[in-house]
Amino acid sequence: MTFSTGEGKSPLVAAPVSTARRRISFAWLGVAPFLLFALLFLILPTMKIVIGSFQTSDGGFTLANIANLFQPSIIAAYWISIKISVASALLGCFFGFLIAWAMVLGGLPGWLRSPILTFSGVASNFAGIPLAFAFLATFGRLGLATLILRDWFGVNLYGLGFNLLSFGGLTLTYLFFQIPLTILIITPALDGMRREWREAASMLGATGFQYWRMVALPILWPSLLGTFALLFANSFGAVATAYALTGSSLSIVPILLFAQIRGDVLQDPHLGYALAFGMIVITGIANFIYIWLRSRSERWVK
Amino acid sequence: MRANRLWSWLFIALGIVYFALPLIGTLEFSLKLRRGAYSLDAYWAVLGDPRFQQTFMYSVLMALATIVVGVLLVVPTAYWVRLKLPRWRPFMEFITLLPLVIPPIVIVFGYIRLYNTSSWLPLTGSAMGTNVLLMFGYVVLALPYMYRAVDTGLRAIDVTTLTEAAQSLGAGWVTILSRVILPNVAVAVLSGAFLTFAIVIGEFVMAALLSRPAFGPYMQLLGANRAYEPAALAVIAFAITWACMALIQVVSRFAPKPPEQLH
Repeated sequence: MTFSTGEGKSPLVAAPVSTARRRISFAWLGVAPFLLFALLFLILPTMKIVIGSFQTSDGGFTLANIANLFQPSIIAAYWISIKISVASALLGCFFGFLIAWAMVLGGLPGWLRSPILTFSGVASNFAGIPLAFAFLATFGRLGLATLILRDWFGVNLYGLGFNLLSFGGLTLTYLFFQIPLTILIITPALDGMRREWREAASMLGATGFQYWRMVALPILWPSLLGTFALLFANSFGAVATAYALTGSSLSIVPILLFAQIRGDVLQDPHLGYALAFGMIVITGIANFIYIWLRSRSERWVK
Repeated sequence: MRANRLWSWLFIALGIVYFALPLIGTLEFSLKLRRGAYSLDAYWAVLGDPRFQQTFMYSVLMALATIVVGVLLVVPTAYWVRLKLPRWRPFMEFITLLPLVIPPIVIVFGYIRLYNTSSWLPLTGSAMGTNVLLMFGYVVLALPYMYRAVDTGLRAIDVTTLTEAAQSLGAGWVTILSRVILPNVAVAVLSGAFLTFAIVIGEFVMAALLSRPAFGPYMQLLGANRAYEPAALAVIAFAITWACMALIQVVSRFAPKPPEQLH
């Protein structure tokens, strides 16, 4: 009886109860460094921001900081941030899905798959400052794409009102990492689509359109929505690309916060807290949707 | 099916145009520094700039420190959770996913406020302290990728059996971790390490807000002041990212296959 507890194989174990207690204290110690690290450099800094956004400068409770967010310039910043994130996430999902679909189910030769996935891995990590440089060099006033369009097709990009330092330009740039990210996330879901489903549907007389509308899309829907949520959060929190591309001329929330932290911290630090808190709330909602939907869609990918 | 294939080729072709254009455009632009002829002048200008060398070295060292600290932190933790605390896994997943939820700019804002010179742990008070703080920030950024990679690597080996075998031969915890577990998840660790390297080397927000002389802020400064050199930098950065991803592919060929037994 005494040897039935745990892995009491050692003949040295005289009193199982005391070993059990020792093992519990050991188990705690094993993750203590990690927990301490997470507390100091992840949890506490975030809590500081959250709490700070409900505090006056002498430490009392207030809702004034949150209320201060509702001034036209900050509302506008949130609005354009959300617009860019929604647009780049939506288009990223759409084009990424088309390419992944073409690769997995479109009847293309199998050797294409590996280079596409490898490139997606590279491009989804090619973000930040260099990405901005690449797009400036290509779509800027003397960039290759601008010149090709002008000399070969007679289209003056800038004459048409295109501007890289704008909503459209930033969305175009973000797509460079959003599309590959979609391909990486959605490919396993497409791999999970059984050929039998398609065959069963056509045996029952479904057209291709009906198969997509009534079988394939309902199955893929959680993956697609989840990918959308992740892409949204991904571009909403991005600073470097936008900053290198536009300087401070385009007021999106992360750039506003960047300027706030750099320059006017002393003036009203608590408005900065509130700005950051608003960002956590928005990316938090998006990620919550992603995690929830991913757990739902994984039922099918097995 | 034939129409299907036509559409597929069309989508792939459009994709190739969209992704190739900025790369070719950047490459072409980076060669145009000398008027009227293609040259590597922009590259020599960048590579010869002492600030490039300093900031690049700083970021490489930062990345290496981040990888070492990240591995020391993540491998024992993920191992321990698999071995002794399986119930903690959802909690650990939640913690390690948090850096994807909280934008880096918010995290570093918290650092500035929490560890300023008048706080209980004045890390930002000295250059070395700020370096350490930035390094921990990078470990946080790398956490989702590092933890996931190592945890997947641990899934492919039988942690419990290996541990018991090592223990029955008289090995202590340090020996088990360094000579049994680490070699078995080396591929996963290396994948995580290369990804961490790619993330840290060009990171901008944290380094800029903590005022450290890293490669990211240097690139931003150059971009604000020069025309052709930034394109050369972008090509170099793309090559580094590509190299990191290629190394991940190469090492993952050596990954141990999951055990055949049923659990």
